[in-house]
Amino acid sequence: MGASHTKVIDLKSAIETYVPDGAHISIGGFTINRNPMAAVYEIIRQHKKGLHLYAHSNGQGVDELIGAGCVARLEIAYAGSGRFAPTCIRFRKAIERGDIGFEDYSNYQMTLRFMAGAMGVPFLPTRSGLGTDLIRQWGFQKTERQNDIKLPDEKLVVLDNPFGTWADTPKVVLVPAINPDVTIIHVQKADADGLSRINGLPFVDVEQAKASRHLIVTCEELVDTDELKSDPDRNQVPPFCVDAVVHVPWGAFPTACFGRYDYDPAYLNHYKQDAADDIRYKKYLQNFIYGPETHEQLLAKINPAQLDAIRADERTGYATGLDRR
Amino acid sequence: MSEYTLREMMTIAAVREINDGDIVFCGTGISMLAAMAAKHISAPDSFIFFETGAIDSKLEEVPLAVGDPRVMYWTAVNGSLADAFATMQNRFTGRQVVGIMGAAQIDIYGNLNSTSIGDYHRPKVRFPGSGGACDVASFVNRTIIFMSLEKRKFVRTLDYFTSPGWIDGPEGRKKTGLPDGGPSVVITNMGIFRFSSDSRKMYLDSYYPDVTPDRILDNMEFVVDVVDAVPTRPPSDNELQILREKCDPQRLIL
Repeated sequence: MGASHTKVIDLKSAIETYVPDGAHISIGGFTINRNPMAAVYEIIRQHKKGLHLYAHSNGQGVDELIGAGCVARLEIAYAGSGRFAPTCIRFRKAIERGDIGFEDYSNYQMTLRFMAGAMGVPFLPTRSGLGTDLIRQWGFQKTERQNDIKLPDEKLVVLDNPFGTWADTPKVVLVPAINPDVTIIHVQKADADGLSRINGLPFVDVEQAKASRHLIVTCEELVDTDELKSDPDRNQVPPFCVDAVVHVPWGAFPTACFGRYDYDPAYLNHYKQDAADDIRYKKYLQNFIYGPETHEQLLAKINPAQLDAIRADERTGYATGLDRR
Repeated sequence: MSEYTLREMMTIAAVREINDGDIVFCGTGISMLAAMAAKHISAPDSFIFFETGAIDSKLEEVPLAVGDPRVMYWTAVNGSLADAFATMQNRFTGRQVVGIMGAAQIDIYGNLNSTSIGDYHRPKVRFPGSGGACDVASFVNRTIIFMSLEKRKFVRTLDYFTSPGWIDGPEGRKKTGLPDGGPSVVITNMGIFRFSSDSRKMYLDSYYPDVTPDRILDNMEFVVDVVDAVPTRPPSDNELQILREKCDPQRLIL
């Protein structure tokens, strides 16, 4: 493949091209780890509206998209950012105020929903959720579902095991597939064609990536194909799944990126205070997101000593001894 | 006997529930500390495992979330969420898993709410939601539940039913189609509850020093059997020493 096949574009163009208003979207990562934050901030900067967001436990990125008013509807298992926000703050406010539509699932249900989407089947079965309000309580009602071709007509369906008592399982819960319009993941390494490598836990990134019509990969490091192909067991996403590759060092900041940098406790603690107050939150948006034109400019606002402090230790993959209070 | 804190008491109570060979599913905070301490005290051949997919992590530093990079270091396997939940749903490995969890509300059958208070669609208070809690509670053999003992938390009816316990009695899980197993113990800041094997209702098993069964009942919306309750055995010097020196020397959780 020659350079003509490159999918490398800048972040602004990637978001303009693949994230229209109203898009059904999912982002990678988990709570305070490897969220594609540079992309999240660019979505906010471009004032995207009406997004339908699918999340398992994608904490910080979900909270910031909701806080900035980009999200109309949310399907989610868990909104928390570890000790920094046991319940994500702008998420909580939005739901208690009735600002967004939402529907609850479990983490495994959401995982299987992405997996079903990636596999090309309409649903997958699990034994999780029987007897609970996850099945009884719908966030989106029947008519809303029937009038929207992008929503399945049912939330979750309980089925008697069609194989009788096989596997000692009387009933299963069917979870409907998710096929987002676009998924964004942040990885440690990618080549220009999109071949991608995640270090550390992949969470649900790979299923989300493969379930999606379009995929944007943001990466810490843009590398030669040979470097990735010389050790193929460690690669997860093949190039044909990828639409756009964006080189964004520190692209998961302020969440962690294993082997590269830790989450930034200082940023997350400031965020926590700002998010708790509407006026302060407006100022936060202005200062940190709308003000800077790029992620690089956002990073320039952070004390360089702090960025240095969160750099990962080569041995452990995180910032050993970091002050995390 | 040494002085000890309430958190140390609660952690040691959980440690005593973990057996050798158990695969211990845990969150962060006190549940993780209990899993770490069990490896040193009662269950050297247990495995710590996180819903994010990390198995047998070497926890040199205390993680602040289950997605913390600290859970990814020096593991046996770095799997995915799909792997982690499959391990619990698996009819062989799932039987070895003991899950440690917490919630905003619990009822007499150990069913849990970690979603919201008030109307689901427009709640008075919104919590993070199930996460992996409903999955763990649905699948695994045994769960250990941490709760703070308050009237608004030990309720007759859950505002939202997030995670199944014994549902409504001895046949509850079977009727519902859930795998066998269920909540085994509820560890609180005042005492420890278990579930009757006949009725599957919660009863008071033991109470901490300076607490009486009556005071415990005053902090609950429903009434439980307290007739067989005894004083909780305090942490031993050895248990405390291991917990303090080997598991949380910087006192990040304790």
